[in-house]
Formats: sequence, C-alpha cells, structure tokens
Amino acid sequence: MSRAARGLALSAVLLAALPWVPGLDGNFARSLLSQMGIAAIFAISYNLLLGQTGLLSFGHAVYFGLGGYAAIHLLRAVNGGVPIPVPLVPIAGALAGLAAGIVFGAVATRRAGTIFALITLGVGELVHAASLMLPGLFGGEEGITASRTKAPHLLGLDLGSQVQVYYVIASWLLVTALVALAFMRTPVGRMCNAVRDNPERAEFIGYNPRRVRFLACSVAAMLAGLAGGLHAINYEIVTSDAVGATRSGEVLLMVYIGGVHHFIGAILGAVAITWLQVSLSNYTTAWLLYLGLFFMAIILYAPGGLAAIVVKHLAIVRNRAMGSVLRAYALALPAAMMMVAGAATLVEIAYRLSTQPEAGTRMKLFWIPMNAATAWPWLGAAGIATIGFLLLRRAAPRVRAAWDTALHG
Amino acid sequence: MAEPALCLRDVHKSFGATSIIRGVSLDVAAGERHAIIGPNGAGKSTLFNLISGRLAPTRGSILLDGRQIAGLAPYQVSRLGLARSFQVTNIFPRMSVFENIRCGLLWPLGHRYDFWRGIDGLSDLNERATRTLEQIRLTARRDTLAGVLTYAEQRALEIGITMAGGANVILLDEPTAGMSRAETENAVELIREVSEGRTLVMVEHDMSVVFGLADRISVLVYGEILATDVPARIRGDEAVRSAYLGTAHA
Repeated sequence: MSRAARGLALSAVLLAALPWVPGLDGNFARSLLSQMGIAAIFAISYNLLLGQTGLLSFGHAVYFGLGGYAAIHLLRAVNGGVPIPVPLVPIAGALAGLAAGIVFGAVATRRAGTIFALITLGVGELVHAASLMLPGLFGGEEGITASRTKAPHLLGLDLGSQVQVYYVIASWLLVTALVALAFMRTPVGRMCNAVRDNPERAEFIGYNPRRVRFLACSVAAMLAGLAGGLHAINYEIVTSDAVGATRSGEVLLMVYIGGVHHFIGAILGAVAITWLQVSLSNYTTAWLLYLGLFFMAIILYAPGGLAAIVVKHLAIVRNRAMGSVLRAYALALPAAMMMVAGAATLVEIAYRLSTQPEAGTRMKLFWIPMNAATAWPWLGAAGIATIGFLLLRRAAPRVRAAWDTALHG
Repeated sequence: MAEPALCLRDVHKSFGATSIIRGVSLDVAAGERHAIIGPNGAGKSTLFNLISGRLAPTRGSILLDGRQIAGLAPYQVSRLGLARSFQVTNIFPRMSVFENIRCGLLWPLGHRYDFWRGIDGLSDLNERATRTLEQIRLTARRDTLAGVLTYAEQRALEIGITMAGGANVILLDEPTAGMSRAETENAVELIREVSEGRTLVMVEHDMSVVFGLADRISVLVYGEILATDVPARIRGDEAVRSAYLGTAHA
C-alpha cells in the first residue's frame, strides 16, 4: 500500500473511532468534534492561500458564509420536498464558495501582498454589509433556519443524533484533505509555492502569477464554501456572523497558531482554537484575552506554530534524545506554570472587578479563596508571576541547549 | 544570412526625462554566443529587461525569431522560447532544488495550469529534471532547500532553471558575478555545455569569461552600441579601448 493510501486509511479509522473514545462519547464532546471538523476544513482551505500561495486574506469568511447561505437555502428546499439527501447539501456550499471565489478572486488576485490583503478586507466588509441589507437572501439579523432531519434519508441516516452529523463532517474533512493535498501535487499547486516564494521568477518561466493566485483562490474558496455548508447542517441556522470579519480573523489565528508550513498545522490549529473557544469560555470571561496572548506567544516564540513544535519533538524522539530534553523541561515547566498562574490570577481579579462588579470582591481562583478588595491577592499574584518569569528566563537557555544537542548531536 | 534569432531595431527606453537606452540595434544569429560588455550604468541590465519583457521599450522593435515581442509580459516572452537568468540570484528559496528545476520545466513541457494530474506521475518532467540536475552538478543537493545552498550552487541552480525548459534564446545576466576563480571556471564550463546549439546572450564583467565564451561581442556605452564584432577585433578596437577596456581593465 502506498504511503498516501496508508495515511488515508489511518485518518479514516481515527476519525471513525474518535466519537467512541471514552470522554468523547457524550453529546457535548461529539458536538465539539463536529465543530473542530468544520473548522479544520475551513483552516485547510485558508492555508492553501496563506501557507501555500503566500496570500494573506482578511476576508476568507466570505466564502464560508456564502457557502453556508447556499446550503441553508437548499436545505429549506429539501425541507419543502426537493429530494436531495442532506449529506450532499454541502456541495451546494462548495459551488457557491467556488462561484464567489471566481468573482472576488478575479479582482483580489490582481495583486499580492498588502494590496491583496486590503482588497479581501474590503470584500469582507462589503459582503457583510450586503448580508444585512438583503434580508430576503440572508435573513437579516435572525438569519435563515432549516431542518436537517426533515429530508430524505440516505442509507438510513436521519441526522437526528450528533454522531451522525459528525460522521458527515468527518467524511467531508477526509475529502477536503485529499483534495487539498492532491491539488498541491499538481503543476498548478507547485506553481502556487513558486509564486509564493518568488512571483517575479515565476513570471520568467512562463507563468502569470495572477492566474496562479486566481486558481489557488478559487480552490480555497470552494473548500471554504464546503465548510460553510457543513456549518449550515450542523447548526441548522446561518446568520450574517458567518461572513463576518470575526470569523475571517479566527481562521487566520487557527492557521498561524497551527503552523503555516505544514499541512497538519491547519488541522492542529483548528482543533486547538475550537477547543479553547468552547472549553475556556466555560471557565473565564477573559478567554479572548488569553487567546490573543497565546497567539502572540506563538508568533514571537514559535513562528512555525504547533506543527513545527510537533515536528521538532518527533525528530528528537527519532534521535533518542528525549530524556535530556525532558530534564530541561522539568526545570522550565514549573517556572512557566508559576508565571502563567500568577498572570492569570491578575487578569481574573481585574476582570472580576471591571466586568462583574455585582458578583462582589470575594472569589475563588485555583481553589484558593481570596478577596480582590484587599492588596494581598494582587501582590501575591504579581510576585508569583515575576518569580516564575525570572526562573523561566534562567531555564530557557537550558531548554535551548537541550534542543540543540538533541537535534544536532 | 538566415533570420536572426534575436533582432533589435532602434530600441529606446527612457525613465521620465532620462534616456537609458538610446537607439540600440543588434542582430544575434541563431546558435551564436553573444556577450554585451560596457561600463557600469551603460544600460546592460535595462537592455535585458527590455528584451525579456520586464520593461516595455519607449520605442523600437524587438523580434524573437521574427516575432514582435516588444511590450509583451515576461510570461508571454518566456512562452515564445526566451529564458533569462538574473544578476541577483532569483530562485524559489523555500522549495527544494529539484522542485526549482521542475518549476522551470512545467510550462515548456506543456503542463501549464493543469490541476487534474499529479506532478510526481509526469515521467517526462521528472526525467528532464533529473538530467538537468546532473548537468548543473547538483544531484547530491536534490532535496535541499534552495535557500540554504552556497552562493555558487545557487548561481548554478539559477542557470539550471533558466536552461531547463530548452528555450532557444537564453539571456544570462552576469552569470559569474561574485564567484571565485575556480567557481568561475566551473560556471564557464557549465554555460558552454548547456548553451550548446542554442542562442546565448550574456552580460558579463569578467573579461576572461567574455573572451573565452563569446563568438561576438557588443560594447554598450551610455545606452548606445559602440561596436559589435568578433573578440579579436573588439580587443584591438581603439574606440572600445578608450571608452571601456582601457579604463576598466588597465
């Protein structure tokens, strides 16, 4: 069996088994997995632009959202009696994304770099504004709803349970990964890399960089539309948020945090950010701040993202040098935890006082009761954060040295 | 005489009020190795940019195998069979050496904007790329990222990308600039080998390279061609001596 076929089979088995893993077999976890799958498709599509073609877009949600609207309209038609099985409805989303990608891409890809980014920002605002001005098409503030269960059942799937929806999403995720990987291995895909690296040189070996960018943009838009279509089926509602700037920003964050240089990066980022969004927001109202700080930490200290961290550690394991690296981590980890815990305490008590004054000044953090009206929690937290920071600075060179010896002997 | 491979007629280029190229006419015969020399600022790189489509001439005509190419985009000129290299190394730094070469081959082999078949299954492409790697002696560096090659290796790769597609007319902009003596000798050998049977036009400062490789030499001074002739007579030309050779290479 070829490497590609093995990878596909392995991924399929993994995706099939996930919702039955203890801890992931509840409705909440399965819903979380479904969201992760949608986010992963969206992120893979975005990385075709950012990582592979070097195009920074601030409006990728346009294709996601328009795909979502197309799918929800089709789903309504299905509810009204059009005989299309629901698992195939996302194809309408993909086609809508492709159409939008062709129209907007033709304009945006005339330029690269800053101009491209600004055009996508403009298109994003334009479509978002239009979605609120055309209530017939976009449903205004309330959005458009449909039912995924009131439809013909393909192979007995009624999509009544979350796990069935998850399997639809997981199947499309596999298709997306295959399409994206295959696309990168075609002549055009290779020229996407070339145009990313050096558009001028690409021009002197016979390629029009605009045309290459346009093709990349079209494929990426199609896959984003597919993600939007799955979003429509998962939530049974699409609102103007789906095309909004927040969603465009989210996918950028996912791909950067996951790592733009590896295919797996987009998936890792989508999983990590979705998990943070869903779980962290249960614990703290300051989760967006943490997400922003996390993003900055990655950009500054691990520009290759989570994927690069994983790849590095795989190399260390292959060199059988994990032991010394772990010893260095054992020094750095407590320091890092102190720093994070101290800083998080400061953030939490500040948030409590400013955003929930009605909840009073007495609170419990990390199982420790404290009173934010007194100076002690502030001083203690600041002290712990500072000590953690200083210790981490001392430990960091050791970690770096351990990496160096582990990787280069 | 057969139709020249490259024919420039009264080519002008001005930037605002400044004339850089002031009426250049030049015929390069098919199969000829032609060198363009001249002092800094004479307009040699501008001339290359006009021929290869990076710039459009203010007036004048440029014919490639009899077809007008003045004002065409670089990719259009490239598709008509003219390839060029650059003075400053111009490669795809985050792709492997092999991928760099494959990119140079895609269009000439007719794979164009194909997105329905895998690149690894294209046997013509992969065979040609492997052969090109052997020619430029980078087989051992096949999977290395182009950005981390040594300078001389990057120059060789630059020539490889330029030559790979089998273009009939090749422009090399200072192919040995910044190389050591030994590296220069290797590069000259490489250029001689890969330009066999093709038309070569090169800008070069190293006179040993020029006199060793070129069948004919044109001297460009202040945007005008002072003389075009075989190396022996250029060497003996008084006007050329005073304008260029005498001062720069005393």
